[in-house]
Amino acid sequence: MLLENKENKTLVDKIWDFFASVKLAIIIFSAISLTSVIGTILEQNAEPEKNIKLLMKLFGVSQQTAISIFDILDSMHFMDMYHSWWFVTLLLLFGANLIICSIDRLPRILKIVNEKIRPLPSEHIEKMSIKKEISLKGKASGVRESVLDAMKGIGFKPAEHADEKGLQFYAEKGNFTRLGVYLTHLSILVILAGAIIGIFFGFNAFLNLPEGATSSVAYQDRGTEVPLGFDIRCDNFEVDYYDRTDMPKAYRSWLTVFKDGKEVMKKSIVVNDPLKYEGITFYQSSYGMVPNSEGSGIIILKMVSKDGKSEQINAKVGESFTIPGTAVQGKITDFSPALSIDESGKSFTYGEMMTNPAIYIEFTEAANKKFSGWLLKRYPQTWNLPDGNRVEFLDYWGVEYTGMQVRRDPGVFFVYLGCIIMSVGLYITFFMSHKRIWINITEDKNTAKVLIGATANKNRAAFERKVEKLIGLLNTAKKGGK
Amino acid sequence: MDSSVFFGLSTIAYILAMIAYITYLAFRKTQIGIIATTITVAGFVTQTLALGMRWKEFYDIGQMGWLRAAPLTNLYESLVFFVWCLILTYLIIEFRYKNRSFGAFITPVAGLALAFIDISGMSKNIQPLVPALQSNWLLAHVLMSFIAYALFAVSFSTGLMYLMLRTEKITESGYIFWTLILSAVVITLGAMGLDYLTFKVLVKTPEELIKGFLFKASFRSDSVAVALLSWGIAIGLTFLIWRYGVIFKKILTAFNITPELLDELTYKSIAIGFPVFTLGGLIFGAIWADQAWGKYWTWDPKETWSLITWFFYAFYLHSRLMRGWKGRKVAAVAVLGFLAVLFTYLGVNLLLSGLHSYGAQ
Ligand code: HEM
Repeated sequence: MLLENKENKTLVDKIWDFFASVKLAIIIFSAISLTSVIGTILEQNAEPEKNIKLLMKLFGVSQQTAISIFDILDSMHFMDMYHSWWFVTLLLLFGANLIICSIDRLPRILKIVNEKIRPLPSEHIEKMSIKKEISLKGKASGVRESVLDAMKGIGFKPAEHADEKGLQFYAEKGNFTRLGVYLTHLSILVILAGAIIGIFFGFNAFLNLPEGATSSVAYQDRGTEVPLGFDIRCDNFEVDYYDRTDMPKAYRSWLTVFKDGKEVMKKSIVVNDPLKYEGITFYQSSYGMVPNSEGSGIIILKMVSKDGKSEQINAKVGESFTIPGTAVQGKITDFSPALSIDESGKSFTYGEMMTNPAIYIEFTEAANKKFSGWLLKRYPQTWNLPDGNRVEFLDYWGVEYTGMQVRRDPGVFFVYLGCIIMSVGLYITFFMSHKRIWINITEDKNTAKVLIGATANKNRAAFERKVEKLIGLLNTAKKGGK
Repeated sequence: MDSSVFFGLSTIAYILAMIAYITYLAFRKTQIGIIATTITVAGFVTQTLALGMRWKEFYDIGQMGWLRAAPLTNLYESLVFFVWCLILTYLIIEFRYKNRSFGAFITPVAGLALAFIDISGMSKNIQPLVPALQSNWLLAHVLMSFIAYALFAVSFSTGLMYLMLRTEKITESGYIFWTLILSAVVITLGAMGLDYLTFKVLVKTPEELIKGFLFKASFRSDSVAVALLSWGIAIGLTFLIWRYGVIFKKILTAFNITPELLDELTYKSIAIGFPVFTLGGLIFGAIWADQAWGKYWTWDPKETWSLITWFFYAFYLHSRLMRGWKGRKVAAVAVLGFLAVLFTYLGVNLLLSGLHSYGAQ
């Protein structure tokens, strides 16, 4: 080390060494962490007022001062810092550090990996971190077989070497595990590459599609249209609720994809289960009411008469229908998107979203008023009429839209690939090791001396237990052999 | 009987175990040690039962199948699960290393974490899952994150003990570092205990507690005298721990706890925790986000803090490889890493907001 002459290094060497050092890695870890903290405090991509208020609270300063601080931070891109040039530069530096560090060390590691294990003189074996010595009765040649078996018993395939001093078996396992770290490092590069591919070749957009509507484009933040290359239609949108509560259980959209006018795909999506077509993925993300659509939706009813005749119809508020096979007529007179009953029994609408849609129907028979009341879509028990007929309120259609994230990201494949590589790499790094073992057998007055030396670059204790198992095998083999 | 009775029993068991382990440390009688272990095992079994029962209760209510009913859906359940992992890890260490003395350091963390649930008054109600949380990836994500957190908690304790053993003078930076960290832990927990006693009736949700009431009984009291007194006591306590911290070293030495053992335990728990956290915490989290929101990474505060935590432990693993960084500095990184875990886990939910904030209810 001391002989290394620093003066003689060229500038290129110096830069190389700088990028190959673990010290730089630690500096970059710290830099990314510290700046990231700021990004979690300041709200990213938010309206300026929000962060100005936050700064006033944080530092206890006046609005004037907060605005100046905000301007300074904003000019340093802290309000959208994860996409700023300097943060991306940090990430790229991180990548460069990894690449150069790996290139720098890989040849040496490869040499160790490819190096075949060789027989060693016993003085070396004596000094190993795992060292055991036992004596067995019998000649060295008699012990030979049991040593071979015992080594195989703990999973090693030994080679043999004999010279005038005696017999030696030696074996190794898991040389390749030394590459686990490099696999881990490689995976980070693959993930970074995936992220970059996503930025350059992908898009993030959204699409609000009313029930029944079709679209061939999605929209980006500033309203720019992104052509999809196919058409997508929302057939229906529904919210499922947990029994008798207004707590949503699932948001579901039924979608149909058309390519060149032909139907090619039908799927219902929920949160966590998107639709994917030609590399573009549609995620359920929000929903809402189409503006000014209140009351204009189509009511889908299924009428079932006492004697089992049934018919399905589409109706609107104000329209009438007749239950098949009877003279009972119903007229839909009112609609509520979210109906509830107060303590005195009066009904009222408590929300604008379609939390609990209900229709009010007045029934008549031969122009005589029979009865009237609310039918609730989510409560089938309200569908049974007092005279034994039934009117099922199936849907109120055409007034809701489904809100979807629309994304294309060809980089995701690489990100996932990187994740798999990383898992494998970490497993190898932390749960496997390069193990080597040498066993010397010498003869001394009718006893065979067995000297065992072993090393592992990781998890030494676990390997030591293996070696003890080997000794156990040897001892029982000897006893059994007698 | 429902699961909460059993959860209560296990909390009591862990607090009793804590007392037993500390008594064991003080008197070094094997019988006391056996009692301590027995109580801990009993508490662990009770808690396991409680977890199973809560799972069943959620299954009955949730109408979503067994997997989706895993009791890991909110802050309360995750904290309980964290304690379960911690005690399991501890019991494994106790049996593997045949050393009971760590019990006195781990059981207080378990007892206090469970007590924190009451202190913060967080909701224990079983609530059906909102659609975004209905994902098996999320389940694996939460499960593995908490296993990793428990392992990191162990490395925090052993790292701190390592520093206790490896510092000599009360003026050296390593000594000041660990006494300050220990004081901060003791003072924070003490102050929250006071909040609990004073505000139990008023407090309804964790947000409300942290934003409104945290330290109101002490440092942030409306009465200037109480606030000043609290600061005084805090400073005094810190001074005492700093002045007499050497006692800890004596206790540890008396129990044959060597720095080498502590270093190994710290490394081992991080060497297992790091891959588990990488796979469960980061990768499964990203897969879940990808399926639920359509983006595998959004830099929202929870994600970013997980990444910061990950960098801390990568820092730890690499600093061991640098010349001149063996020993104390590395242990300090392990200790700081757990502070990042704490912030990721509690701080982000309680102090910052983001995509994940609905998970805090
Ligand atoms: C966050 C990103 C990184 C992760 C997750 C990571 C992961 C790891 C892991 C798990 C190990 C094995 C540690 C051990 O055995 O205790 C390791 C070793 C190492 N890392 Fe990294 N690393 C990262 C970034 C870097 C960077 C940027 C460098 C660049 C200098 C670097 C250089 C090294 C070196 C030189 C080793 C030792 C290799 C050996 O033992 O042969 N790492 N890394």
